[in-house]
Amino acid sequence: MDWGSILNNTAAGLLTPTTLAFALAALGLAMHFGFAGLLNFGIAGFMAVGAYGYAISVLTFGLPWWLGMIMGVVASVIFALILGIPTLRLRGDYLAIVTIAAAEILRLLFLTTAFEPVTGSADGLFGYNAAGGFAEANPFPVGDYGFGPWTYNEQTLWVLVFGLIVLSVAVFLLWALMRSPWGRVIKGIREDEDAVRALGKNVFAYKMQALVIGGVFGALGGIVLATSANVSPGIYVTSLTFFLWTALLLGGAATIFGPVLGSIIFWVLQAFLTNVLPALAESGILPVSGIQAATLRYVLVGLGLMLIVIYRPQGIFGDKREMTFVK
Amino acid sequence: MSNNQTPEKATNLHIGKAEPGCKKVDPILVIDNVKKSFGGLTAVEVAHLEIPNGAITALIGPNGAGKTTLFNLLTGFDTPDTGTWSFAGKDLAGVPSFKVAQMGQVRTFQLTKALSLLTVLENMKLGAKNQTGEKLINALIPSLWRKQDKALELRAMELLKKFKLDAKKDDFAASLSGGQRKLLEMARALMTDPTLVMLDEPMAGVNPALTQSLLEHVLNLKNEGMTVLFVEHDMHMVRHIADWVVVMAEGKVVAEGPPDTVMKEQAVIDAYLGAHQDTDLGVVTGRIDIITEEETK
Repeated sequence: MDWGSILNNTAAGLLTPTTLAFALAALGLAMHFGFAGLLNFGIAGFMAVGAYGYAISVLTFGLPWWLGMIMGVVASVIFALILGIPTLRLRGDYLAIVTIAAAEILRLLFLTTAFEPVTGSADGLFGYNAAGGFAEANPFPVGDYGFGPWTYNEQTLWVLVFGLIVLSVAVFLLWALMRSPWGRVIKGIREDEDAVRALGKNVFAYKMQALVIGGVFGALGGIVLATSANVSPGIYVTSLTFFLWTALLLGGAATIFGPVLGSIIFWVLQAFLTNVLPALAESGILPVSGIQAATLRYVLVGLGLMLIVIYRPQGIFGDKREMTFVK
Repeated sequence: MSNNQTPEKATNLHIGKAEPGCKKVDPILVIDNVKKSFGGLTAVEVAHLEIPNGAITALIGPNGAGKTTLFNLLTGFDTPDTGTWSFAGKDLAGVPSFKVAQMGQVRTFQLTKALSLLTVLENMKLGAKNQTGEKLINALIPSLWRKQDKALELRAMELLKKFKLDAKKDDFAASLSGGQRKLLEMARALMTDPTLVMLDEPMAGVNPALTQSLLEHVLNLKNEGMTVLFVEHDMHMVRHIADWVVVMAEGKVVAEGPPDTVMKEQAVIDAYLGAHQDTDLGVVTGRIDIITEEETK
């Protein structure tokens, strides 16, 4: 077994466009679930809306990249409103059912051949980063940057820097919102919305605002992912939603940095398992084939999710006292 | 104030005879033809009811009389099938619950709703109305709300001191005892500057040591100019602090009046003990005759 290359690849998982996109989307989930108590199982749908909104704006309507990204965000706001208006008056579980269904409907709409000229169907969309001028806006000259496992060419570096800027703004926004009286109302709604209603707060309006803000974070995650990879319906599947939930719960649902660090840990672990499991299979330690070993990591993700929820529901960065009073 | 002394009662609240639906000198809440049924069961059917302003009114009645349902209807947490009601002259039918609370009619719940994973102080601050920082846009600019928040904190601490919860201000509400949560919920309701406080069973599940202080808090509300309407099963409490008592049974108001007289009314006794408690049911049949030893021989 080549431990050097395994560790090298694992370390590289620390900072990739996917990690940043995950952190953004998990931040959106933290807003939804961790702070407002909204059970959103359709975060992959929000990411898809952001990514497709950006790509379609550029490719079909010829908008510049930044305007295309704004359109992606606008689309996610509309998506949140459409989801929220009928469901936010109902009990929390209905939102979970509706969001998971809405995300699937959306994915199938992007997949169907009926809209192939616009959505690209199963092939997805590509070339928008060049067409919209995102690649051209790269301020870094051609060359390799960084060291060791963190060596990037100028394109990847630009994607990473862009993603980091978006992520920092999102983290700051969430932090600023949650320390304010607005955040207090949101947390109150998570605990008991009738009590908050009895104190004269318009609970529906607050829940809608939380749904929109979290949805925008999710869309930004989709956009950051789209700057590094093609937009394809195969990415925005339900399992993406559950990976994001794992990352969120790993870090701590009701925390600001929890989702970010949870995403990093999730992807470092993924990178490690992707490398180490096939290696173990090859050297005969695991009695399975290399391909089986590679899929074993998803089994471990599920197992990990269960263990977190049972033994550490507040996540790594959550408040210890919260655990004592699990409802 | 001595513990057992009967507090001064507000009198002359009504006009004419004290009977169900009688007029009040200065009503704050006027209810007309409010009806609510769940399937075939009519939970509430109140033809006319006025709640006097500036007094403590108790709403009593056996289990299932519709007291809590009436509370829910009056505060917008449930919608009646028919009926109108007004609060301080403003029509409240169809007004959502949060607007009812903003108008100054605040309620607490039978099952206490402490916001468990917020601290006691956060619970209190949440109660205050018209906070600049609760608007999404303002929330991002602390200079807009910081001063108001500090002022709220002072007011919250004052109230917490009164309710003897000030030492707990940084604890999660979940760590409070049942009685302390009742106190917190009442204190939090007071943060909204209400004119009418509606308490749904404030004494349920509170230990006797806390009862006395809760009673005094309710009395203080009246002294501070608020009107109180409360649901309670504890008759001692009702007799001790209520100025006016409304008795409900099977969804209807069956009696009202000052506490000393209303408790003696036949309708109230019937509501609590059953209308046939004195009726002779005749010879009880079906008993086995006692067989004496002589007969067996």
